[in-house]
Amino acid sequence: MRVLVAVKRVIDYNARVRVKPDKSGVDLKNVKMGMNPFCEIAVEEAVKLKEGGSASEVVAVTIGPKAAGDTLRTALAMGADRGVHVLEDGEVQPLAVAKLLAALTRREEATLCMLGKQAIDDDSNQTGQGLAGLLGWPQATFASKVVVDREAGRASVTREVDGGLETLSLKLPAVITADLRLNEPRYATLPNIMKAKKKKVDTVTAQELGVDITPRLKLVKVEEPAKRQAGVMLSSVKELVDRLRNEAKVI
Amino acid sequence: LSTLVLAEQKGGRLDPSTAQAVSAARALGGPVTLLFSGRGLGGAPSAGAALEGVTAVLTADDEALDHQLAEPAGALIVAVQQRRSFTHILAPSSTHGRNLLPRAAAKLDVQAVADVVEVQGPCTFVRPIYAGNALATVETPAEGLQMLTDASSTSAWVSEEVGTSERPDLGQARVVVSGGRALRSAENFALLEALADALGGAVGASRAAVDAGYVPNDLQVGQTGKVVAPDLYLAFGISGAIQHVAGIKDAKTIVAVNTDADAPIFEVADYGLVGDLFEVIPQLQAELAAAKAQ
Repeated sequence: MRVLVAVKRVIDYNARVRVKPDKSGVDLKNVKMGMNPFCEIAVEEAVKLKEGGSASEVVAVTIGPKAAGDTLRTALAMGADRGVHVLEDGEVQPLAVAKLLAALTRREEATLCMLGKQAIDDDSNQTGQGLAGLLGWPQATFASKVVVDREAGRASVTREVDGGLETLSLKLPAVITADLRLNEPRYATLPNIMKAKKKKVDTVTAQELGVDITPRLKLVKVEEPAKRQAGVMLSSVKELVDRLRNEAKVI
Repeated sequence: LSTLVLAEQKGGRLDPSTAQAVSAARALGGPVTLLFSGRGLGGAPSAGAALEGVTAVLTADDEALDHQLAEPAGALIVAVQQRRSFTHILAPSSTHGRNLLPRAAAKLDVQAVADVVEVQGPCTFVRPIYAGNALATVETPAEGLQMLTDASSTSAWVSEEVGTSERPDLGQARVVVSGGRALRSAENFALLEALADALGGAVGASRAAVDAGYVPNDLQVGQTGKVVAPDLYLAFGISGAIQHVAGIKDAKTIVAVNTDADAPIFEVADYGLVGDLFEVIPQLQAELAAAKAQ
């Protein structure tokens, strides 16, 4: 069973987000970048499936400019076997990402697609669902537990839904998107980072894959949300309780 | 212009998120049709029909739609759209809506707009990006179908579980008591649990506390953990890393207690107290008990 895992290069989750003064977007110059945290979890799960004998090969895919190649190398250092880099400099919106991944899934004849539930930059939470729709495959989003039964050709997936958990049994091939509690991603060790440099990475373009990635949504502007009012420093617990009770009226 | 709203029901009862989605749909203008799908819809469709602005209700009550799995429910939306040609399809931004709508949108070749917090016009929407650290205004093509999930309702507090000794769910709790690495051990989280119980709240933690192994990671509050919007958020010994703050900024009132007067958490707290949490928490419990007794 071949697993396709998608990874996205995004702003580091601890970096401060600054909106550009001209409101054209978020300033990413000189900002630390890294793999989207939910993608890390997806890679970890894919690698675990291989280590557990459920998967035979893990193919990591990224879509983005040349710099996204670093993120792909990170996935390879975590244990993915080889990489595919869809080289695109411009914006690729979720539907177009899903179309590119669908094309690659068919090309690679993958049986399982693992993705993060969302990327922490545009927070769309759409790509996995779109991919499953385009392929006509079953989907399990917000996964917190995945068990693959290779002989039965099924995956049992526990999902984090509003107000609790639900468990689905999916007939493979399928698409699964990872939530935070699925696993704890490993760190890429130095020897593995060195080894990853030798792993094979194919580069393709959307045009070569026959996918139209023209953006559908037009970004009008990006603004900072209203800031929280500066608070007050108090000197005692008694004062705190008084304020919470009589001013904020929350207790 | 005509809008289809994907209604939500649980056990035959209308989910409050549906009313919120209908009000977002009314902001678009034009008639609003509700689609109920599932098995055993009970009184939900008639409750939905009574919502202001709803002009028609479609129901699909079938065994195949039990549990609202994405595959049949997505196919249903596509089939309904092919017959009725709505200009807009809107779903609440619940885990269900977010699971379903993008799948149907891809099948209809539509780039959906997720988590809309403001409808500015039939093709202009505002949505949060970067965990709400920025707001993007986007325009969809004027021609063709628009598909949206409505997030204007996600922080509405609906009800509290009564009669159980269990703490409320972190995502739904009215009060959240959170601790950071300064708690120093897993055992010390019992202090926060006791305070949370006194306030009828849930316990949360910073990523630092989770990484230190003090609490399981399902308690993590922040951009990559749970995003919470309680009436009262109490942060004990949490420095206020950006990704933590991103997860609490919709809280109504934030209280921070930290020994470091320069901790960034004080920049977002409504009430700050410089002090040792191991002294403050017992005092706070005593004051709360005294206030209650009054």
